[in-house]
Amino acid sequence: MNAEALAFYALAAMVVVGGGLVVQSRNLVHAAVSLVPTLLGVAGLYVLLHAEFVTAIQLLIYVGAITVLILFVILLTEGATGLRVPQRNEQVPLALVVSGALVLLLWAVLLRVPWGPPAGTLPPYNPGAVGRSLLMPYVLAFEVTSLVILACLVGAIVIARREE
Amino acid sequence: MIGLSHYLVLSSLLFGLGLYGVLTRRNAVAILMGIELMLNAANVNFVAFTRFVDPTFVRGHVAALIVITLAACEAVVGLALVINAYRHLETVNVDQVDLMKG
Repeated sequence: MNAEALAFYALAAMVVVGGGLVVQSRNLVHAAVSLVPTLLGVAGLYVLLHAEFVTAIQLLIYVGAITVLILFVILLTEGATGLRVPQRNEQVPLALVVSGALVLLLWAVLLRVPWGPPAGTLPPYNPGAVGRSLLMPYVLAFEVTSLVILACLVGAIVIARREE
Repeated sequence: MIGLSHYLVLSSLLFGLGLYGVLTRRNAVAILMGIELMLNAANVNFVAFTRFVDPTFVRGHVAALIVITLAACEAVVGLALVINAYRHLETVNVDQVDLMKG
């Protein structure tokens, strides 16, 4: 087993165990903190896949911002997220069947497909290539995303503001 | 040798975990966490396909970056809604927020 395989299996274990804790933990603060190893594991997978820029953004936005935001909201809504409130509804067996069947179906399909060799090589300097891609062929998606961010900003302020 | 199918197996497992969380949690914040897991699974797929199938123009990296941005937007608006719902109804459990139920 070489180093890449070792790193992949370690990161995979981190992602799956962390994700299990996120969906299973009774205490919501534990669940939110378990998001951190899961997202860090995904960032490590991006490193293994030679996606340095996506790794940096994942660390900054997911691990840095979204987790902290979720923890803040859990603290602000303490009365509804306390340990005495049951956190799970009555759909557990049904949800197990549905998500398990979906995962098995996906595995059955994707393990059967012959994926073939890659059609080219990754550019040597990733962030530059990503920037050129974003500003030349995908500039429309880029601009629409910035509009969505603006709408989110205004919408979040309006929704969360205390009414007079 | 770690190939594309390893990453796809892992990401479908992560997606299943997120779906399980969305279906079983009562708390809106926990449902958002499940959605974040599912979005991360999709992102792993994008980046893995870029590496193993179509690496030349890093299209999957661009898609993953846009998904990360939109996930942040979605979390912000969702959490603002949660705070607003808590202020008015004193609960964030989605099975108790049923003002619009006929």
